[in-house]
Amino acid sequence: MKADVILCGVGGQGVLSAAGILAEAGVRGGLHVRMGEVHGMAQRGGAVQASLRLSDAPIAGELVPRGTADLLLSLEPLETLRYLDWLAPSGWVVASTDPVRNIPDYPPLEEVLERLRALPRRVLVEAAAVARAAGSTHAANVAVAGAAARLLPLDAAVIRDVITEGFMEKGVKVVDANLKAFQEGMRVGAPA
Amino acid sequence: MTRKLSSLAEPRLLLGDEAVALGVLDAGAAAAYAYPGTPSTEIFETLEQRAHRHGVTAHWCANEKTAYEQALGASMMNARVLVSMKHVGLNVAMDPFVNSALVGIRGGLVVVVADDPGMHSSQNEQDSRVLADFARVPCLEPADQQEAYDMTREAFAVSERFGVPVMVRLVTRVCHGRSLVRPGPLTGGGPVGKPDSPRDWVLLPANARRLWRGLLDRQEALRDWSEGLAAGVRVLGPQGARTAAGGEGGGEFRLGVVTTGIARGYLAENVPDLDAPLPHLHVGAYPLPAGALRALAARVDRLLVLEEGYPFLERQLRGVLPGTVPVAGKEDGTLPLDGELTPDSVRAALGLAPRTVGAIPEGLPARPPQLCPGCPHRDAYEAIGLALQGEETWTVTGDIGCYTLGALPPFGTLESCVCMGASVGMAKGASDVGVRPALAVIGDSTFLHSGVTPLMDAVAHRTPITVVVLDNETVGMTGQQPTVLPDSRLVPIVLGVGVDPNHVHTIEAHPRNVEAMAALLREEMAYPGVSVIVGVRECVVSARKRRSGERRAAPAPSAGESAGRTTDPVASGGEP
Repeated sequence: MKADVILCGVGGQGVLSAAGILAEAGVRGGLHVRMGEVHGMAQRGGAVQASLRLSDAPIAGELVPRGTADLLLSLEPLETLRYLDWLAPSGWVVASTDPVRNIPDYPPLEEVLERLRALPRRVLVEAAAVARAAGSTHAANVAVAGAAARLLPLDAAVIRDVITEGFMEKGVKVVDANLKAFQEGMRVGAPA
Repeated sequence: MTRKLSSLAEPRLLLGDEAVALGVLDAGAAAAYAYPGTPSTEIFETLEQRAHRHGVTAHWCANEKTAYEQALGASMMNARVLVSMKHVGLNVAMDPFVNSALVGIRGGLVVVVADDPGMHSSQNEQDSRVLADFARVPCLEPADQQEAYDMTREAFAVSERFGVPVMVRLVTRVCHGRSLVRPGPLTGGGPVGKPDSPRDWVLLPANARRLWRGLLDRQEALRDWSEGLAAGVRVLGPQGARTAAGGEGGGEFRLGVVTTGIARGYLAENVPDLDAPLPHLHVGAYPLPAGALRALAARVDRLLVLEEGYPFLERQLRGVLPGTVPVAGKEDGTLPLDGELTPDSVRAALGLAPRTVGAIPEGLPARPPQLCPGCPHRDAYEAIGLALQGEETWTVTGDIGCYTLGALPPFGTLESCVCMGASVGMAKGASDVGVRPALAVIGDSTFLHSGVTPLMDAVAHRTPITVVVLDNETVGMTGQQPTVLPDSRLVPIVLGVGVDPNHVHTIEAHPRNVEAMAALLREEMAYPGVSVIVGVRECVVSARKRRSGERRAAPAPSAGESAGRTTDPVASGGEP
């Protein structure tokens, strides 16, 4: 059993935080875990991508071979399209529909969403709305993680524990908002 | 000071950089020095967080050269010591690095250098193994995060055993990849004290000749050491079909593979798809283990070399004269010479059929990095753009940091970015040959790193240049490390090297000051001598962190007790 995940978004959206939460849940679940992160220049509002690999057997490296990812977890619709070559033919896309328009030539959103809707296995999440309703606009990344949770070999209760411990430093309100965002993400998200 | 427990209580999901830091602590290092630079920054950040608890001196330094020299002093006094930097930082530290190979290293001196193949956050992809070879010092190359921990510890022992500095060569994917790392027991170095043979530290020609000879004489022992570490040949892929694997060249196998560092993982990724047995040798230590390589070569018709970075091992195998075994790799085009290796490029090199991949729509707009909203650099670039309006010939040389993005739209202001501190010297050179006004744009930390010495040259020759120091009170791009001196020292330094006080100005880099800053620039651009304008305003990311009272916040669930990770993705990483 293995789950190879490509995570993507725009610098500042919390791609690495989402990956970190899922990775830690994997460790607690007794899985082999490897994660690849890109730090540095690209993070200044640029395209950000990370990889997360979960398996019950040892994992060869950080990088997921192209055409083999089981899940593309995306925090931004246009960014989703950039990494489709990573997806296995049977892979799922779980993506936020909220654009980050920090470039002058952002295409019409409807065109982007149309392409996403045309994908055979996809879950599109209005992540910003979910996060806002949960109490923190910063929790959109956790909402998308929630929408993808059932596609991963992870226990939702363990993910909730990780969220609780991880955000505790920022206060109970932040923890609650993230837990709610995760839960609502799961509700609107991918079926088991 | 008692330190019995490992820095790590249990296996943890760690960045390679964090694993190195914990390896340094568990090896009993007494001191650590660094200058921030992606992808090496998190090594020192992790160390710094734990330094006090472990009784370790940990200092960010002015630049990599000063960092290296401090490490050398600690080693001379028999303390175990780390110096870490990014690959181009080793260029800055080259003088002490190369010469430190000759002196009588006592306390283990480990230099961890993080290469950036693919240039995620760098201006080149130079391979530090070449420089270890140049200095004739041993080099360890971890293949994953566990090896990053283990090899760092090993490096201290090797340094003391052979009396040489030891390089640990990392690459971005090891630095910024995470996997479970299991700690080992705590060890330690010897007692601090002065060297018994002080002549081993004085590189006067007579001593240096003797010490150089001694270093050359130790190379054989170093080769024996790396030979002992080479794992020997393992046959991968389907077993039992050896006869099918035999080549027309009469070898036992048609093909053999040598990997170094992380290439081992990319090979392993493709092993399930091999249709014939494939003998494999992994190399993790240099000088290269010639015996093990010859043993593999004797069994195959052809060798494929998989290594991240330059074709370093490949070139040594290939030579220029016809060999008995053809070597494939980067030099014959089997793999690209530039960029990172990937599981996919290794797959192609192995001759395996490419996988089916989904189509990416054509014409997707790129999303390059950009200056943060509200960044003070934006205001400085507005002002420079305004000041240059109407000028016929001019140049604006740039430097290394967030503000390098001023070379991109919408500003397009900077005309160069080469290396730390180059803006000042390049502006002087341009001015010397008549291209004026010549402006140099440099950040506060970069100025302290390498900008002061070229400013002395400009002062000495009264060259008409205007240096714009962008003072955001932090090392911004690598995640808001403190500058080595507070910003209040900038103007005294500038005055101290002799810039005329009438031509040194400080102005807040703020939207309301754009006109005033432009006017100041125009005035100084007309002055036929050295002028310095310091544009001051705190980095917006620093300000946000400070306000929320969470400098170095580490809410990463995966980081937990062990990690020094900053989860605000904007805050981590970047070129100094």
